[in-house]
Amino acid sequence: MSDLTPAATTLAAAATGHGFLSPTGVEIAFLLVGLATLGAAVVTVTTKQLVHAALWLVVALGGIAVEYLLLTAEFIAWVQVLIYLGSVVVLLLFGLMLTKAPIGRSPDADSNNRWVALGVALVAAASLVWVVVDAFRTTWIDLDGPAQGSTKVSGEILFQHWVLPFEALSVLLLAALIGAIVLSRRDAVAGPEDHPKGQQR
Amino acid sequence: MNDVLDVALRLIVVFAVFLVLPLVVGQTEHKVMAHMQGRLGPMYAGGFHGWAQLVADGVKFAQKEDVVPAGADRRIFQLAPAVALLPYLLVLVAIPIGPGEGAVGQAIDAGLFFVLAVMGVGVLGSLMAGWASANKFSLLGGLRTAAQLLAYELPMLLAAASVAMAAGTVSLPGIVDAFQWWWLPWQITGALVFFTAGLAELQRPPFDMPVADSEIIFGAYTEYTGLRFALFLLAEYAGIVVLCALTTVLFLGGWHGPVADGWVWTLLKTAVLAFVVIWLRVSYPRLREDQLQKLAWTTLIPLALAQIALTGIVKVAIS
Repeated sequence: MSDLTPAATTLAAAATGHGFLSPTGVEIAFLLVGLATLGAAVVTVTTKQLVHAALWLVVALGGIAVEYLLLTAEFIAWVQVLIYLGSVVVLLLFGLMLTKAPIGRSPDADSNNRWVALGVALVAAASLVWVVVDAFRTTWIDLDGPAQGSTKVSGEILFQHWVLPFEALSVLLLAALIGAIVLSRRDAVAGPEDHPKGQQR
Repeated sequence: MNDVLDVALRLIVVFAVFLVLPLVVGQTEHKVMAHMQGRLGPMYAGGFHGWAQLVADGVKFAQKEDVVPAGADRRIFQLAPAVALLPYLLVLVAIPIGPGEGAVGQAIDAGLFFVLAVMGVGVLGSLMAGWASANKFSLLGGLRTAAQLLAYELPMLLAAASVAMAAGTVSLPGIVDAFQWWWLPWQITGALVFFTAGLAELQRPPFDMPVADSEIIFGAYTEYTGLRFALFLLAEYAGIVVLCALTTVLFLGGWHGPVADGWVWTLLKTAVLAFVVIWLRVSYPRLREDQLQKLAWTTLIPLALAQIALTGIVKVAIS
């Protein structure tokens, strides 16, 4: 360690002993899974085959769950699998099957907004990374110690420190639920001119 | 080194259970169904009451040609059986069979979430098979699978949430540890909802609309042959084992018994539930699609919500 250049010494000191220049196995795994997740996400938005996009989304969301696991946030990881893989993707695939998504390429599914989408994605990613880095700059997770994201800890934090946002979110979801019911409901008293197909629902 | 050996041993045991128990359930189904219908069932393979029938079936499946339809999406078609089967293997790792550290493949802190989450992934296999086969019967089967899953996932989760509330933990060994005999009448509604919704998720009769053979041949699995078809069948029977073991652990007290707690009780209760699953197949006609949806949304979900309310009230009253 004595032959380190001054710059490297400063860097090591900046990492407060955690040494990101000599990564541990978990950190390397985190990076590799992150790269795989990013790759799957890019394929999701660039593939020409609709159902393949949904299945690559499964890989990307599963990769994020693995990242949570590596960061010892076990509870969040399983919730991610339960909600996104088990429900959201199934809903997506159900919708795709209803549209008779063809096997093979579907060139008409391109909306020609590629560059706008790329710009929005880059801006969103940059702002998210900036916010997270700024907020957790000096926080370190002890990967070798007891799990810091266990169900007990998550529950206590959620219902003590974050109970107001939690309740606000549940009200928002309730509003969305009622909105969906209102939108999908056909009014019985409306005349037939509102519904060209008459009784058909 | 001992740790490595320990983990390896546990994984080998779980894998052996995964290979053996579904076959036992399958053979029991052959025999129980036969006797309920006044037949003998398989009698020749292996000699004694046809015990080797499923082994012979496996050899037959392995010899068959593995056909992939010309119009199919080749890679997804071939991947689907693995996606359907592997989640059940993963779930088995987390199910505790007896008291103490040694009787569970891997104790997981959020075990309840783990098993429900991973079981939900298995359905993706049916959806992939249904779409990638390029067959309208398969697509219909896939659609029905998805619709059924969306309807029955919610009551299953709500019933499981009720028992987690009662135990005050989401760890599976923790739930069995906290079990008292009077939980049985207290959580009985939740248990029935969980078991029914689980049957629907496995597409077992009377909830076998997605594979209804008289209408859509064999649903999402119509185009499969040989080993890949066998894997789908194995997934169904592994699913029965997992569902019965989970119901035992969550609602029937796992290894607790009237005398001498132990792993025998878990196996015994699981076996009785597996018998009930087979019994239901023989005795109930298939539910129509609208009946399926109606049962889930207007009966099971209100019942599960009522169970959660009851659990909350009792929990507050006794604390």
